[in-house]
Amino acid sequence: MDIGHDTLVAMAKSWGLFYLIALSIGVLVYTFWPGNRKRFARAKVSVLDKEDRPWR
Amino acid sequence: MIARLTIAERQIGLWLAGLVTLAGAALGIAGRNDVLGYHGLLITIFGAVVVVALLRNIDAPEPDESRLSEYYDDPIRFGIVLTMAWAVFGMFIGVWVSALLAWPELTFDAAWASFGRLRPAHTTGVIFGFGGNALIATSLHVVQRTSLARLPDQVSPWFVLLGYNLFCLLAVSGYFLGITQSKEYAEPEWYADIWLVIVWVVYFVLYIRTLARRKEPHIYVANWYYMAFILVVAVLHIVNNLAVPISLSSAKAYSLFSGVQDAMTQWWYGHNAVAFFLTAGFLGMMYYYLPKRAERPIYSYRISIISFWGITFFYMWAGSHHLHYTALPHWVQTLGMTFSIMLLVPSWASAGNALLTLNGAWHKVRDDATLRFMMVAAVFYGLSTFEGSFLAIRAVNSLSHYTDWTVGHVHAGALGWVAMITFGALYTLTPAMWKRERMYSNTLVEVHFWCAVIGTLIYVFAMWNSGIIQGLMWRTYNESGTLTYSFIESLVAMHPYYIARTVGGLFFLTGAVVGTYNIIMTIRHEPSLARHPAGKLAADGPLVAGE
Repeated sequence: MDIGHDTLVAMAKSWGLFYLIALSIGVLVYTFWPGNRKRFARAKVSVLDKEDRPWR
Repeated sequence: MIARLTIAERQIGLWLAGLVTLAGAALGIAGRNDVLGYHGLLITIFGAVVVVALLRNIDAPEPDESRLSEYYDDPIRFGIVLTMAWAVFGMFIGVWVSALLAWPELTFDAAWASFGRLRPAHTTGVIFGFGGNALIATSLHVVQRTSLARLPDQVSPWFVLLGYNLFCLLAVSGYFLGITQSKEYAEPEWYADIWLVIVWVVYFVLYIRTLARRKEPHIYVANWYYMAFILVVAVLHIVNNLAVPISLSSAKAYSLFSGVQDAMTQWWYGHNAVAFFLTAGFLGMMYYYLPKRAERPIYSYRISIISFWGITFFYMWAGSHHLHYTALPHWVQTLGMTFSIMLLVPSWASAGNALLTLNGAWHKVRDDATLRFMMVAAVFYGLSTFEGSFLAIRAVNSLSHYTDWTVGHVHAGALGWVAMITFGALYTLTPAMWKRERMYSNTLVEVHFWCAVIGTLIYVFAMWNSGIIQGLMWRTYNESGTLTYSFIESLVAMHPYYIARTVGGLFFLTGAVVGTYNIIMTIRHEPSLARHPAGKLAADGPLVAGE
């Protein structure tokens, strides 16, 4: 199969746009998903933990 | 350090170092009639040094099991020292190469000291030597602390660190010998490139294996940035360096790409090296060490996630802005320009997130030069990403391209952002790694800070001036429609700025030397914190709950 310049341009100008939009929506949904609120809040303060030993 | 490896690990290390030595010898013998021979010799010596170091400790007793209840930090300590050594080397060459532009006689009529060889030695020394070692050392620290997990083994981190530095040595020594494949920031030839792929895959696997041991299901965001750095750099490096050596006994290889495809591949690589080596990795650094030092959680964890995906997916398309007004199809140039402008959103989100974290802790920023390093880094990150988006606009680029403005922009990012955040991280990390209360001298941290700020400002302002003057002189026409200024006239006009730039670089180098001294003195002189018995008790006592 020969993938020419025009094919690549068409793909970049259509699917390239759609997948980036889909991705942005996906990221926003993940970020603001209510179920994730708790784990983000915990992660946020986790680095301030003074304990300096591994759990394993 | 070596005695803390298990006997089995020492043996594996011995095998690996032996293999490297043999491979180096084979390469040296095959390439004895070529410059490749020198590199074979270098690899052999490097491998042999590691073999001897291991052999001298091979009979040491098996290390205590108690090591498993602590993080594995030996490679991090070694990495910090290497980082500073490369900083001094790379910045020294930088000052030299900039002085060369003001006083061309500084090549001393030696081929190895010509501009074309010193310049990649500077860029490789600071980006890969200084920046790369800093990223490896801090990433191994951050991934252990945020996962609450010790590195899964003690051999692969050493393989990564030493292997990576072997690559850097091959790269820099190669330039002096005249070995280059002429791709900017990807100059090393095929054998060094193959070696880096091996090292990098081990690095990736090591990182994933450590994350797999983590305690919390959620992975702290700094690790995302470090992972993106490791993964994307692997992809970029492999694709851009696809090449066929003319023979196995020659250092020379030819790229698989040619013409405009070659240019596009190169700048897809080049710009994403900026994005994922010099940005994503150092953002990972910022998202750990800044909150840690300020003792305040990051302002918004959600912003850090959104900007992560923004940076990851926008940067990929921005590379073509390096090729405005070339044979590259116009729409590809426009695509690169558009994505570069969009990049301002996640970039400023990160810079703002960092500064808002400090909001309310300005007294700490005032008193603590280490935190101030990170604050200045965030400011320069914001400035240079704005400038980057601006320069990517085609019309602006027509003025700025090929001028010193680009050089100024790069250094606003490299000195102001990358180096400042690194020094901030190192001044936080060093006392912790050597169990010191603080750095040897806070005054010297302060001296380093002001040298770095003054140096960066002198440098950047000199290059802004010279770049814009250069750009304008190149496009000024007289009444008869021909160029008003000859190229040599624009060169003469640059002379004072080139001297100013060298002075700025000298300030920055001085700061790095002071910092190196301070780190060495912290390692050697400051008395250890008393090994408090409470910590020991905790280790033996109830803390094993995780098991």
